[in-house]
Amino acid sequence: MTITFLLNGERVELEDVSPTATLLDWLREDRGLTGTKEGCNEGDCGACTVMVTDPDGAKALNACILFLPQLHGKAVRTIEGAAGPKGELHPAQQAMIDLHGSQCGFCTPGFVMSMVASHANGATDHDTQLAGNLCRCTGYAPIIRAAQATEKVAVPTWVQEDRSFILPEKLRGEAESRGVEPPANVQIPQTADELAETYARHPDATLVAGATDVGLWVTKQLRDLDPVIFLAGCDDLKTIDVTDSEIRLGAMAHMNAVRQVIEPLHPSYGEMIRRYASVQVRNAATIGGNIANGSPIGDNPPALIALDATLHLRHGDTRRSMPIEDFFVDYGKQDRAPGEFVDQITIPRQEDNLKVYKLSKRFDQDISAVLGAFNITVKNGTVTAARIAFGGMAAIPKRATHVESALIGQPWSETSINAAMTAFDQDFTPLTDMRASAEYRLETARNLLMRYFIEHSGDTASVLEVSS
Amino acid sequence: MSIAKPLPHDAAKLHVTGAARYVDDIPTSRDCLHLAFGLAPIAKGRITAMNLDAVKRSPGVVAVLTADDLPFANDVSPSIHDEPLLSDGTVHYPGQPVFLVAATSHRAARVAARKGDVTYAEEEALLTVDQALMADSRFEDGPRIYEKGDAAAAIGAAPHVIDGKFDLGGQEHFYLEGQAALAFPQEGGDVLVHSSTQHPTEIQHKVAEAIGAPMHAVRVETRRMGGGFGGKESQGNALAVSCAIIATLTGRPAKMRYDRDDDMTVTGKRHPFKISYRAGFDDDGKLLGVDFLHLVNCGWAQDLSLPVADRAMLHADNAYLIPAIRIESHRLKTNLQSFTAYRGFGGPQGVVGIERVMDHIAHDLGLDPIELRRRNYYAAPDQAGADNTTPYGQKVEDFELHEMTAQLLDSSDYAARKAEIADWNAGQDRFARGIGFSPVKFGISFTLTHLNQAGALVHVYQDGSVHLNHGGTEMGQGLFQKVAQVAASRFGIPLEKVKITATDTAKVPNTSATAASSGSDLNGMAVKAACDTIRDRMADHLAQRYQTEPAKVRFEDGNVHIGDEVISFDEAASLAYQGRISLSATGFYKTPKLEWDRINGQGRPFFYFAYGAAITEVVVDRLTGENRILRADILHDAGASLNPALDIGQVEGAYVQGAGWLTTEELVWDGKGALRTHAPSTYKIPACSDRPDVFNVALYDGQNREDTIYRSKAVGEPPFMLGISAWLAQSNAVSSFGDAFPAMDAPGTAEEVWRAIRRVRDGV
Repeated sequence: MTITFLLNGERVELEDVSPTATLLDWLREDRGLTGTKEGCNEGDCGACTVMVTDPDGAKALNACILFLPQLHGKAVRTIEGAAGPKGELHPAQQAMIDLHGSQCGFCTPGFVMSMVASHANGATDHDTQLAGNLCRCTGYAPIIRAAQATEKVAVPTWVQEDRSFILPEKLRGEAESRGVEPPANVQIPQTADELAETYARHPDATLVAGATDVGLWVTKQLRDLDPVIFLAGCDDLKTIDVTDSEIRLGAMAHMNAVRQVIEPLHPSYGEMIRRYASVQVRNAATIGGNIANGSPIGDNPPALIALDATLHLRHGDTRRSMPIEDFFVDYGKQDRAPGEFVDQITIPRQEDNLKVYKLSKRFDQDISAVLGAFNITVKNGTVTAARIAFGGMAAIPKRATHVESALIGQPWSETSINAAMTAFDQDFTPLTDMRASAEYRLETARNLLMRYFIEHSGDTASVLEVSS
Repeated sequence: MSIAKPLPHDAAKLHVTGAARYVDDIPTSRDCLHLAFGLAPIAKGRITAMNLDAVKRSPGVVAVLTADDLPFANDVSPSIHDEPLLSDGTVHYPGQPVFLVAATSHRAARVAARKGDVTYAEEEALLTVDQALMADSRFEDGPRIYEKGDAAAAIGAAPHVIDGKFDLGGQEHFYLEGQAALAFPQEGGDVLVHSSTQHPTEIQHKVAEAIGAPMHAVRVETRRMGGGFGGKESQGNALAVSCAIIATLTGRPAKMRYDRDDDMTVTGKRHPFKISYRAGFDDDGKLLGVDFLHLVNCGWAQDLSLPVADRAMLHADNAYLIPAIRIESHRLKTNLQSFTAYRGFGGPQGVVGIERVMDHIAHDLGLDPIELRRRNYYAAPDQAGADNTTPYGQKVEDFELHEMTAQLLDSSDYAARKAEIADWNAGQDRFARGIGFSPVKFGISFTLTHLNQAGALVHVYQDGSVHLNHGGTEMGQGLFQKVAQVAASRFGIPLEKVKITATDTAKVPNTSATAASSGSDLNGMAVKAACDTIRDRMADHLAQRYQTEPAKVRFEDGNVHIGDEVISFDEAASLAYQGRISLSATGFYKTPKLEWDRINGQGRPFFYFAYGAAITEVVVDRLTGENRILRADILHDAGASLNPALDIGQVEGAYVQGAGWLTTEELVWDGKGALRTHAPSTYKIPACSDRPDVFNVALYDGQNREDTIYRSKAVGEPPFMLGISAWLAQSNAVSSFGDAFPAMDAPGTAEEVWRAIRRVRDGV
């Protein structure tokens, strides 16, 4: 298959690309561009961060779990392209030197590229922007000082040009007009309809959306993906609509886009997404992927269950819908037929009573030990409705139906909360693993209900809100 | 003078442009082979059958080696030859290399390495220190015991006694650049090895043994590491040796780098300890006697565990004059990774022990923990009475902490904040803030005395440019820049005239590891000696030429002043060359005053001590145990700093790394000994937002009382222990939920904090 993209402002055309060749390996091994580093090969350290510009804008992405076909029609900028054509340093590079932001230097290219991307986007929430970049030497303070120092400096022309350089339709059109056919085992549908048709014909194919999970099948489990369908071209699956009655999320909406829509409507869910993985991962990961992979520790499903979301599946021209909790049947088993894919998710518009609590060893970029989502309606001092769901507590994202029953109809009081807290063991028998013990999971799940009650009364909800 | 200037890291521009070259970035030819190990999945047992046909048939595979195929030594141990490169038929931990694959790509080697068909007869493994102690599975014949006075009697007679014990977790280095090596075969069977190592000479030594050649046949070069932290003192041996063997067997370059999961599974980490204590004290909180038991989990091979465990004992006093103390240390052999050097080298574990005791006593007596500590400090140099000696008999002659503590209490506004926090905590039952203080007194020198030596090689070229080389390695700490600042200062030339070059065993031989914080102390002095030799030769020559005294020749501002004449340094170099003066010199340094008997625990193992103090404030959540650092104030003693910017960088980074060790960084092994936290997805080092919101770091305005390079002090490891204050602050916060002492284990993860609160508040 032929892939066309811009690399540091220059057009690159690749023939016969392996569908599972990662950008990182290609840069380092084939292109001799060794500035981009491999730190973990699983998207958790950010040493391989590059900036990718597409019609949506500039994004930091982890090159280690980014397959070349995902780049088709986009502009890639690596650390070698951070400085200008005459070698003039990007303001982030100069600030990192001046403010002592590098020690061993190995994480530095990744930090710089995250800063180049966030600077291009005018972002100043540096802790969030850099949460996906690990540094073991500096303790981060000088890096943050460097990021702050670049805030008021103009975006260099060579970075701005990525946007004007990029002609995605043209690039794609050319590839098509030259009649380049991808090999039979690789499909790159350009619309949801094409996907539906293709996947129905190849129900054994692996769907690759953001590759933040499937990427690890390749880099860690060393699997070959065959056949594979890349979803990157299906722009119509990325659509997000907010109407008076519902929020409609296309399955391919990436998590940073979802965050932007969710944050004003359900701030607590938005805050959870801020802590969900990292900027790089959220720029790639899709809402549909987080649901379809059926993980018991995916963070979106409990929140969506609590919001009474509906999942829309499609197989060929056949569509069906279900309450999202019904999708999760058992560990590793979802109600999805071969060739059927997640098309979209709809969330009914509602008064915001949702709180989403994520417990993990580290606040940022960590997989949850427990994720609790509480959507409780209180009218005239009485609980009239409750939808409560958890991740990390069972083999699937699961509703706490006994807890809900214990609350509904009860007065909204500490007594009712304490009574409902005893119902958790009827809903959950969690496991012990490296993230937390079963006891901690069960007890803190109970306590999160109390936290909801406390927060409902207007008190401080989290240590993140406390300062010295 | 470039000394004491806050210059950036020498490679900063290369770092930020991606041009800094690490081992895996070095260009190789197309025929380069890539290596991977097949790993044992069990903790203990014997290999009963091994069929590697599928490995050999795997695409791209060129060679597959087992222990039987190795041409010479099968050993990568840095100490007692107990660490085979490839299993000798026995397995001692999950992750032990069993066979070696050489293939045409990194991925091909990794794929093939998983295809081994190996059958094992499993045996019962020892995973904990308690199991190992019960089985008497240990290194050395028995425990080491260091004693001063009669601790048991002193405790027995004391008005107050506390006791306790706790688990202190290990720590993964998580250098961002994983272990890596690259070997190029040379003519006549020689080999050139590029290694990401803190110890090129050790690599050279082990490679020479493995290829059956003298050390002169092996040249090891290290330009930089992407982080080391002790994890590249001995853990790179296996990769470099593998590459050298494959390169010499095949005549092709060979490269090996561990995938992150392999790196974390195969290599050693900081030693986990179990520490028990008993302490007697008077009504004022003055220590009368302390008894420590250190159960040290050394893992399966000895590696550097003995000096690590020794150093923990040597820091069991930390900053406190303890009239009677007994420290008993068991070095236990288990079926886990072979625990190894890690920043502080056992010192942090020793310091955590006594700092726990101090907080426990303060809690018991209701005393301010800082006041209690100050009462027990060693005496200041001008106050030192008859007894100011450590448990191992070294006199403390440079104790800076009285003044430093006073300054820090003032700058951090401790008293007012402590009162404000108490009020805040009293007003609620949901959150608690806590404040922790930890000082550090860290002994500087290798405790294996002969390692305290260093060499340098300096050339002045006829154009006045300078080539600098020494035995130290650059892992990010800024050593090369500091040493270059020394060289530039000796010649009185701008720093740009000094070329920093890769560490190279062919230039400076028989080097010690860049470890024990010794880098700039040792290499700075060696470089100074080399520069001064050349300078003296130039001065002699120029004095003769200009008819004056050598003593009247001065090197400054890029010029050489010869009596009343001034010529540029470049011209001076040219004149010296034309005058047939040797402009190349070696330099050598050995640390003075050291004398140490490690068996009896007596002598002067350290040239001097480096000091620091930190105050950390945290907040904890009763419902979930979630916690975070709100503020840290640090005052650290780097002597007369060679480069304050680099030194502050070391302090900030060390603090966050130390706090990470004791908060979020949890190593979890399952019941079969398999490490479950073997990637950044499961092992959580601090991220950006985990650094303190308010982070005030300053260097103490002092100078080394001993004659070190420009009166500076070593700075690599000592500030790591400042992070202990974060764990103490957690404990302090937890204690506000009830009357009991929190008695926390480490690390203080959210779950551990939650458990401690439950104990204190609910008695559960």
